[in-house]
Parts: sequence; C-alpha cells; structure tokens
Amino acid sequence: MIELENVAYSYGGGDLLSDISLRLQPGSFHFLTGPSGAGKSTFLKLCYMELTASAGMVQVFGQDVRSLERDQVALARRRIGVVHQDCKFLDHLTVAENIALPLTVAGRDVAAEMENLTSLIDWVGLKRQQNQLPPELSGGERQRAALARAVIMGPDVILADEPTGNVDWEMSQRLLSLLIELNKMGKSVLVATHDLNLIRTAKSQISARVLRIANRKLQLAGADL
Amino acid sequence: MKNVLAMLRGLLGGDSQADRVVPPTGFTATLTTFTAASMAFLAVFAMALSLATGRLADRWASELARSSTVRISAPQAELDAQTRAAQEVLRLTPGVDTTRILGDEEQRLLLEPWFGPDLPIDSLPIPRLIEVIEEGAGYDSEGLRLRLAAEAPGAVLDDHTRWRRPLVTAANRLRTLGWVAIGLIALSTAAMITLAARAALAANAQVIQVTRLVGARDIYIARAFVRRFTLRALIGGAVGTALGMIAVALLPSAAEEGAFLTGLGFQGWHWLWPLVIPLLGAIVAFWATRGAALSVLKEVK
Repeated sequence: MIELENVAYSYGGGDLLSDISLRLQPGSFHFLTGPSGAGKSTFLKLCYMELTASAGMVQVFGQDVRSLERDQVALARRRIGVVHQDCKFLDHLTVAENIALPLTVAGRDVAAEMENLTSLIDWVGLKRQQNQLPPELSGGERQRAALARAVIMGPDVILADEPTGNVDWEMSQRLLSLLIELNKMGKSVLVATHDLNLIRTAKSQISARVLRIANRKLQLAGADL
Repeated sequence: MKNVLAMLRGLLGGDSQADRVVPPTGFTATLTTFTAASMAFLAVFAMALSLATGRLADRWASELARSSTVRISAPQAELDAQTRAAQEVLRLTPGVDTTRILGDEEQRLLLEPWFGPDLPIDSLPIPRLIEVIEEGAGYDSEGLRLRLAAEAPGAVLDDHTRWRRPLVTAANRLRTLGWVAIGLIALSTAAMITLAARAALAANAQVIQVTRLVGARDIYIARAFVRRFTLRALIGGAVGTALGMIAVALLPSAAEEGAFLTGLGFQGWHWLWPLVIPLLGAIVAFWATRGAALSVLKEVK
C-alpha cells in the first residue's frame, strides 16, 4: 500500500530522517512512537505526500510518488484517510459538512450518501454536535470528527497523527477502539503517538507492530512494551 | 462563441456544495464588482469614440473623396457663360461622372450657419458652385485646373484633398487610440482581477491546504474562485455597460449643421457592440483568476 525505501528527509539544518524503510501491508496495524520532534509527523507527511523525500523512494499504491502528477496525488489521497494532529477543519462549515468534505471535493453527491454519513456520525458519537461549527467542539469531539472525515471515503489506509493528543484517557480508549474496529474491517492503520499506555492497551486487543524513530532511524521496537 | 456560452453555463450552473467550501468574501467582493463596472463604463466610451471616428474617417475618405467643387467667381454678366464653359470642360474630362450646379436655395443653406437665415442672397456677388462627382479612378486635377483656367478664368477647382487628408488621418489615429484604450482597459481589468484573486487565495490559504489534503484536484479549488470572480466581473461589467450606454444615449445630439462632424455615440446596429463588453470582461476575469489560482496552487503540496 505504502512503501518507503531508504528514504531520507532533510530541511535546511540537516537530516531529520535517514535511511527509513517500511512496507505497510493491507490489514496491518502499526504504532509509530518516539520523542517529540523526532520526526513522527514528518514521517506521516511523507506517507500522504505533503512532503517529498529528499532521498530514497516512496511508493503509494504501487506508484513512485515522484512520478505522480498533481491530480494523481489528489486521487491517491482519496484512498488515504488522515487524522491530522491539529484536525484541520474548515471553520465556516458545520461538523457534518466537514466530515463530508472529502465526498464534496471528490465531486460525489453528498445527498446520495446521506445514509452513510449519518451512520458514520452516529458511530463516532457526534449526532448531537453535527450542526455545530468545529471551534465549538471539545478536543475529543474534534478528534472523533477528524477520524470520521478520514474514513468517509472508505480509504484503504488510515494515518493518524497523535489522535489522542489532547483528550482524556477514556476518550483515548474510545478513539482507539474505533481505530481497531476499522482495522478489523481490513484497513491498514498507522498511528503516531507517544502514549505508551495506548499502545499497551491496543496490543492486548490486536497484534500491532510498534515502530520507533530514534536517531533519525526507524526501528522495530522490541517486546518491552 | 459556443465555447464561451458553454463555459458561462457551466459557471452559472455552479455547484452549490463546492461554493460553500470557500467562505464568502464580503466587502472585497463588492470592490471587484465596482472596478469591473467602472472599467466597463470607460470601455463603452472608448468604443463609442472608436466607432464614431471610424464613421467619420470612412465618410470623409469615401464620400468626400468622390466629390469636389468648382467655384466660379466672375462679374454677373460673364457668370452664366463661364459656368457653361466650365461645365463643358468638366463634361469632356475623363473621370468625371456627373456635374450639378448648386441652386440658390442650397447655397443659402450652406451660408446660413455663418450669416444667419435672412441673407439677401440675390444682392450679393456670390460665386456659383458646381458639384463634381467622380467615377472610377477620378480625374487628373492638375490637367483639369489648367483647362479650366483657359476656358473659364473665373473657375477654381477645389478637390477637398488639401484639407481632407489630414482630417482623415487624424480621425483614423483617433480610432486607433480608442481601440488601444479598450485594450488597456482589458489589460487593467486582468491585472486588477489577478490582484484581487491573489488576495482572496492568500486569505483562504488554510481552506486551500485542507481541501487539497482531503483529495481535491487543483481544478476543483481553482473553479470555486474562478466562478466567483467571473460572475462578479460579468455582473459589474453588465451594470457599467448599461450605465455607459445610457450616458451615451443621453449625450446632446449634434445639430444638423454639426452633423458632418458626426456625433459621439452609436448608430444603428452599432448599439449591439457594447453588449460585448461584459462578456469580454467575464472572459478576462475567467482566465486571470484561473491563472492566479493555478499558480498559487502549485505552491501547495
């Protein structure tokens, strides 16, 4: 699905990531951990093509990212659901419209998929808040709305950047169970987090692999968790 | 033209869902409409100028070029004889189609603007005028002058070219300037729309980034902006053009005597020409916004 081969990323000051290789298989569940500033977000951005690797090769759905036209990047992104760290909503649209945004920009008829949308909003528990504007939501509600938006297109891969960043433990568990449910439906999931409790909880329910970024490199974390 | 109409239909038909994605712009939108309106207003005048001077140049170049005048000033006793002699010369001159002696009434009308309506024309030693209409390539004016001098010493040929040529040149130059002005107005509109579009794009950087991240193609994002600016230019252009046309229609019409200078304005089907202005403005806005949007989008991953 997404494949990185000897990828490096550097900006002005020097390498942030180097020699990274990873292959996301269909149906896999990965955690990505590491100290803040280690490059977790950068790693995810390489995966959803917001950043371009300075060396090595990134393949998305079997295509070299470098060879993709801008329109092809847009089409590939419709198959990758992303939960951004800061959610990235359009503040003038309601929660329901924000969740439906990927459908809208893909030119799909939102009215025709209303049933889907309603059940998804139910699933993330935002029925009551769906007509509010994003700034009116709490942290946990925003994260759940972001998750709903990430999966509305029925993506093959879900990338989540600190989805439990500013929510309490109960909400974290709820978000995790949503992600696990999606994984059981066959989606590949990659979650960047520094919350080790979350990882432990997940590992008790599914077989998740834990990756750690340290010293610019990606390592498979041992059984110490 | 068909393409333009199809394009406009696509724009006007719109996509209300897509339009919601970019937040409404409020006050700055009014500025774009206003500028488009005043540009259209100016364009109507530039167009009226071009068409009017065009008419003038054409008329002077064709109508007056085909006619000239022979003026006979002689003592009353010789006047008729010299007129006959001059007519005979003209009749035998190759290139002259017809000749006609202007009647007293016509002469009085010609003089009226200068001397008033009650001119006692009979008591004045007014020269006789013969209007000469040319045919084909015209006559050899030097030869005609010499022959007239021999046959009718009081006859003077005035073939109009002396004063007509610089006027036709001036009129043509003025017409060109009018079209240049329209071109400049179009370019300024493009520049203004580009600036406005870039401002709107910068103000909506967050919207652009988010829509791009959730899988919007460039053209989808560009279209949301293009649709707005094209509509604003179209509406502003229509209002400005309408006001301009009304203003031109209300211009005091030139009186009969001044009519040979032709009034500034539109005549007949030329009234249809200004209707092109709003369409032209919309097309300019379409391409300017599209160019601005696509170049800004290139910077967004």
